[in-house]
Amino acid sequence: MKQFITFVKKEFAHVFRDRKTLLMLFGLPVVQIVLFGFALTNEIKHADIAVVDNARDMASEQIILKMEGSSFFHVRKMVMDPGQTEEVFRQGKTKLVVIFPSNFYNDLLHYNKARIQIVADASDPNTATTLVAYITAIVNDYQASLPGGGPLPYAIVPEVRMLYNPDLKGAPNFVPGVMALVLLLVCVMMTSISIVREKELGTMEVLLVSPFKPILVILAKAVPYLVLSMVNLAVILLLSVYALDLPIRGSVILLFMESTLLIITALSLGLLISTVTESQQSAMFLSMMGMMLPTIMLSGYMFPIENMPKILQVISNVVPAKWYYIMVKAIMLKGLGFSYIWKETLILGGMTLFFLFISLRNFKIRLQ
Amino acid sequence: MKAIEVSHIVKTYNKGKTLAVDDVSFSVEKGEMFGLIGPDGSGKSSIFRILTTLLLPDKGSATVAGHDAVKEYKAIRSIVGYMPGRFSLYQDLSVEENLSFFATLFNTTIEENYSLIKDIYTQLEPFKTRRAGKLSGGMKQKLALCCALIHKPEVLFLDEPTTGVDVMSRKEFWEMLKRLQKEGITVLVSTSYMDEANMCDRIGLIQGGKLLRVNTPSNIIGEYPDRLYALKAGAPYRLLKDLSAYPERADSYSSGAYVHLRFKNPDQGSEGRLLEYLHSKGHEDVELKETEATVEDCFIRLME
Repeated sequence: MKQFITFVKKEFAHVFRDRKTLLMLFGLPVVQIVLFGFALTNEIKHADIAVVDNARDMASEQIILKMEGSSFFHVRKMVMDPGQTEEVFRQGKTKLVVIFPSNFYNDLLHYNKARIQIVADASDPNTATTLVAYITAIVNDYQASLPGGGPLPYAIVPEVRMLYNPDLKGAPNFVPGVMALVLLLVCVMMTSISIVREKELGTMEVLLVSPFKPILVILAKAVPYLVLSMVNLAVILLLSVYALDLPIRGSVILLFMESTLLIITALSLGLLISTVTESQQSAMFLSMMGMMLPTIMLSGYMFPIENMPKILQVISNVVPAKWYYIMVKAIMLKGLGFSYIWKETLILGGMTLFFLFISLRNFKIRLQ
Repeated sequence: MKAIEVSHIVKTYNKGKTLAVDDVSFSVEKGEMFGLIGPDGSGKSSIFRILTTLLLPDKGSATVAGHDAVKEYKAIRSIVGYMPGRFSLYQDLSVEENLSFFATLFNTTIEENYSLIKDIYTQLEPFKTRRAGKLSGGMKQKLALCCALIHKPEVLFLDEPTTGVDVMSRKEFWEMLKRLQKEGITVLVSTSYMDEANMCDRIGLIQGGKLLRVNTPSNIIGEYPDRLYALKAGAPYRLLKDLSAYPERADSYSSGAYVHLRFKNPDQGSEGRLLEYLHSKGHEDVELKETEATVEDCFIRLME
């Protein structure tokens, strides 16, 4: 036991004395969270829209006022011929043009029917759809506030609620993704590299020719990364709660437990990689390719799995991050308990056992 | 019981394509210092790794302190000290941390066996907080030796411990090994420096995976069958070239400041004819004398 503790201390020393490792270990999650949280967001803020108000009456003015009041838009009032809209888009900045016809309020009052033309630049379809939805919401909102107005008898009005994320914020989506990515990357890469480094430097030879059990070498290597990953996890959660205003609706303990499971999965994957590689470079390359790409592409965090071709959907089942992503979203955003995610837990646990089994069987007590 | 017993060991790599160790047998007595002498790639490290249970031999068997190197690998691992050819300490740990790590790994403490490493460690002590990666080559080797010794092993395996170390440190290093031997530790050491061979009780000359000869250094030198000459002249490089074109020579090669030479069929007139030949080639200040063979000469003779 004393040997084991000394070994773990040695591993900690390796981590803390290597600035690059440290930077990667703790810099990576912070940078990712900050980048995704503030810079690489797909939320729309201050989109440039142009308003052509040919009516200049009470209704149009009020709707425009509501648009200006929203932080989504940056409204520019313009006067132009109907044929000029395309010219405006060609200049590039304007994402959407709203045109009120003359007699807008009049039509609304007398015919119970008025038209607004919304022209969107759909070269970026996501932005266009979102903007149109916002405008529609504002118009509906105004309509509802009209005295005696609102929906006419027998009209069907779909009432849409964006559950768990009413503001359509980006953070709830990417924080679980970043958590999966960072935990996997750090654990897989760090473990595999630290074991392979011993092989590369020849220290593994000395470790093997000692009474210390080879299996304990592996365990002792895993302990520091397990601990550091927990710290990392805490940092990510604190950042997302306090910097990104993302609440954790479910049990924090459950979240930590599921994350520990993922960390152990990652550690055993790192171990597996270390048993099949001989140099730090190849270990790093394998971890990157084996972890980063599938985690980003196939976990559902960047691209919805449902939209993928069948074959990729099948492949995504073996990506640990996919199951973790589902669980974290369930706990953090929906506030669900263990009874809702036991299946995913079981799958991830099974994967871990599988990786552990293979890598322990492959672990060599000799050099060849 | 012999400390090390190797019988008919064969080791190949790349699925049998590369032959590294070719039917090698030798034994080392308890408390003996045995040297494996041979150039790089002659199979020394493979033998070391088989004996330290890091590699499995293709054929043959080996025992260390009576334990079978394949079946009883665990027993061997706890009683031997091993210092691999590559510097195998943690570069980012300090001298003291390295030593105490290896002491703990072997279930002992620095204090317990301090007497064993005292001579060496006193030299390292001033640098004990320095990281191992920042030590000089000689210091590194001394530290590695301390780490391999700290658990008082029965058998010590040192794979090319003096490679890359300056002449002074090499001399000191061998003196230390001699002292360890007096403590009753069996030492198997390999080196590619022929001049170090004389420090061992017995040596095995190894080349291309084959053990050419095993004997004491003086016996090996005594077995040298021919008369050996040492030559020196004003233009050493030209001398070497001209000698290799001389029809009567069997062998010639540079050895330190001299060129060593053997005649094919030496007779009374051999020396005179050689001097004449060199004179005709325009060499000046030619010095020719008969000389004692060294281990290196024996090695070169055996390699043919």
